[in-house]
Amino acid sequence: MKKLVVFFLSLSFGFTFSQETDSLKIKELKEVIVVGTKSQLHEKQSKTLASVDEFLQKSTKVDLIKRGAYAWEPIINGMTTERTVITIDGMRIFGACTDKMDPVTSYVEVSNLSEATISSGQQGTCHGNTIGGAINLKRSQGKFADKGWDFALNSGFETNNKQKIIGSSINFADSLFYIDTDVMFRDAENYKAGNNQEISFSQFRKLNLSTISGFRFSNNKIIEASIIYDKATDVGYPALPMDVSLAEALITSLKFDYKPISNRIDNWETKLYYNTITHTMDDTKRPNVPIHMDMPGWSDTYGIYSKVNGRLNKHDYMVNLNGFYNRSVAEMTMYPSDPNENLMFMYTWPDVQTIYSGIYLEDNWLINCHSNLKFTISLGMHSNNVASDFGMQSLQIFYPELEASKSRFLKSISTNYSYDKNGLQFGGGFGYGERAPSVSEGYGFYLFNSFDNFDYIGNPNLKNEQSLEANVFFGFKNSKWQAKITTAYFHINNYIIGIPDLSVAPMTIGANGIKIYTALDHATIWSNDLIFNYFIHDNWTWKGQFLYNIGRDNKNEGLPFMSPFNYLTSITFNQLKWDAEIILKGNTAQTEYNTFYGEDRTPDYAVINCNLGYKFNFEKTKIKLNTGVENVFDSNYTTYTDWKNLPRMGRNIFINLMFQF
Amino acid sequence: MKFQLKNIVAVLIMALALISCSDNDDSATVNELDGLTKFQEMTNTTHTIELYSHTGVLVQGYNEVKLRIKDNVTNQYIKNATVSWMPVMHMAMMNHSCPNSEVEKITTEGTLYEGYIMFQMAQNDTEYWDLKIDYSIDGVDYTTTSVIDVPASAKRTVNTFTGTDGVKYLVAYAEPHHPSVALNDMVVGVWKMQDMMTFPVVDGYTLKIDPRMPSMGNHSSPNNVHATQTSTGELYNGKLSLTMTGYWKINLQLAKPDGTIVKGEEITDTVTASSIFFEIEF
Repeated sequence: MKKLVVFFLSLSFGFTFSQETDSLKIKELKEVIVVGTKSQLHEKQSKTLASVDEFLQKSTKVDLIKRGAYAWEPIINGMTTERTVITIDGMRIFGACTDKMDPVTSYVEVSNLSEATISSGQQGTCHGNTIGGAINLKRSQGKFADKGWDFALNSGFETNNKQKIIGSSINFADSLFYIDTDVMFRDAENYKAGNNQEISFSQFRKLNLSTISGFRFSNNKIIEASIIYDKATDVGYPALPMDVSLAEALITSLKFDYKPISNRIDNWETKLYYNTITHTMDDTKRPNVPIHMDMPGWSDTYGIYSKVNGRLNKHDYMVNLNGFYNRSVAEMTMYPSDPNENLMFMYTWPDVQTIYSGIYLEDNWLINCHSNLKFTISLGMHSNNVASDFGMQSLQIFYPELEASKSRFLKSISTNYSYDKNGLQFGGGFGYGERAPSVSEGYGFYLFNSFDNFDYIGNPNLKNEQSLEANVFFGFKNSKWQAKITTAYFHINNYIIGIPDLSVAPMTIGANGIKIYTALDHATIWSNDLIFNYFIHDNWTWKGQFLYNIGRDNKNEGLPFMSPFNYLTSITFNQLKWDAEIILKGNTAQTEYNTFYGEDRTPDYAVINCNLGYKFNFEKTKIKLNTGVENVFDSNYTTYTDWKNLPRMGRNIFINLMFQF
Repeated sequence: MKFQLKNIVAVLIMALALISCSDNDDSATVNELDGLTKFQEMTNTTHTIELYSHTGVLVQGYNEVKLRIKDNVTNQYIKNATVSWMPVMHMAMMNHSCPNSEVEKITTEGTLYEGYIMFQMAQNDTEYWDLKIDYSIDGVDYTTTSVIDVPASAKRTVNTFTGTDGVKYLVAYAEPHHPSVALNDMVVGVWKMQDMMTFPVVDGYTLKIDPRMPSMGNHSSPNNVHATQTSTGELYNGKLSLTMTGYWKINLQLAKPDGTIVKGEEITDTVTASSIFFEIEF
């Protein structure tokens, strides 16, 4: 029982192998996960109102670091936020929390999105410099069609943490105009791990509102405005010493879309965007804190991109000019027990302003009907400026010669070949990419990391991190089988990670010491996955996915957050009205851990989930009902991505109900 | 959507502002009293001596004092006087002085004279300080004496102690006046008591500093530099690193040139404070 944990749940795993559209279309080596409440009827979602995080977890490339029940941090190929780019429809957004409690994905809702595109390594540089890869969350949007009004009501309930989900959408469309509005609200109490172990401070509450509206002012010109407002309150982070009283985001954009009458340019899209995030950490509800503190953070981003897609002979090309300005500020105020004493204040992010401008070029050469070769190149200027004198002087304690501004030139280049004929697919490519250090890595000031229990200090003198990458995939399919194996190898120079500095004492009470962000000479990451589908019968499919990552630092010791052998297998039944699924997933014990980076051995686990869905159409009304049981055998387990071995949710029964009319 | 456009415009303006920061440094004629406040006047039949400090008061501890001498008849300030001073504490059983510097003219053109006085104790109901100023102008000697107000300091800025070598030492915090979250330039003074009226600077020692925050687990700060002298007879200079605002206790150890500690303890897990220390709060 302890080892073989089992679970029934519900995520219907919609792996897309390469897209199966017409064979003359370019094969993109991207994984697309369908998200959201507005998915088309033919798309089966086993848990329609799952969180964005749960949807992302379906990808073999993505895993999520969990500090609680909310706001999981996506990692791609085992690489965390600093090494990835997560965008919403191409917009750059930066979390405002110094402790990464608010990944970009935490500010959207499934009702805002239609799909998530996951690109590995340098194939994800379209929207920014990355090492590990990129996730672009695609906003759901209406279509210009004479559909008139439609309405939807969503509601859900989960027994384990008494999560109540309620949402609705009101949409209108005609041939010239559309507007979609959504609201979704979630409220959850503490969850219980297996064996009824209540996890204190795991509650959350989230409200999300969004509107997107388009107007077609001529046949080939569209203007579209989008607003997402997201507000989470009373969010517990049981694995961390602090919770969040407020995480609030306003994400806005204005897009112009032009389809010139030309056989060279298909589409020209220009977008202006602005987003602002306020994030307030709070420990006032925690008992026995050594010292109370407030840690608010703010992140504002203004950006623009202009993207042209077209075709020249056998070349599909794309040019993307893009730029953004971000301002990140975070403070820490500590309250001494003697109220007459002055407050202790510091900037943990000293008002760091980042300006980036770059160009991305992509050429996808259709060599013949079954093979293509893709080149990408990205060049950008990246500069940081420390705007706060207070913060500047603070950092000069460590770096007396520090200058307020620093500029970097970032380059990325990649090429990929793919071949697909008679059910046989293979391909591979090479890439080189660079990234600038993140705000925390460059300018963080006493950022406490509870994972390894160290205070972190940024290092403004870090060089660009450089990644050399090679990837290969091989797949085949016939009427019964589909299978694909992918492997990607990254050799990363100047790999940035915290290294203890024994000469500096920590600030946080009880911390083990200080780590300074330091560039290791190199590190390597090797990521491997295998997925297959076997069509047992008309309505029955057997799926499997296997994943194994290895990371090594320059001393050949393990890097943190590398997946041990991880497996998932499921049997799905799919029929016009009914669908059902049973899933077994787990991983073997994590033997490749490194205590130097705060990891410990995580035992193996296995859980079973199962789910059942039913669709019903009555005249214009559509009803979708999904229900399932997750962690059927109520295992108490933890995985390598669970912060400080936080136990995962125990048995959970969910029910999701959608009405569309 | 106006909202967004407005913000884009704001970005552009900010970008421009970043590039085009300009300074107007047309320095007006220097006012030598800038940043100084008069705290007392001492008058005799011929002259009035105006006493200035940055804070407008004297306080127990290290005080930078500036003064100027006005001719009572012409109302002109005297630029060529030779000045010396002697602060004296009047106690019930005895009198004593305190560490103090020579009084020197700041600039030849100006009217101000400056020096420091380090009051190791504060006045109280029955005991008081007075300041005697002797000066000569064109070969004529003058003098004046007044009681001065030296209240106790809120935080500890002076330590008076007998070292392991039997010498009576005085150490005082002089700068930074306005500590900030930064690596601050620190100035301290180290003197010894030769007799009740003579307190010379101690030369060649090291005042080791270890700033701590007792309210937050007694954590320290990095990259402090112990205070040492650059030339004999001078105050000591060091670097004081303060990583946040609040109350800091600067634990001290006074070391002789050979490294022998004459007073103060190293901070360890069990020893949370030294017997000699300064306090600051900002």
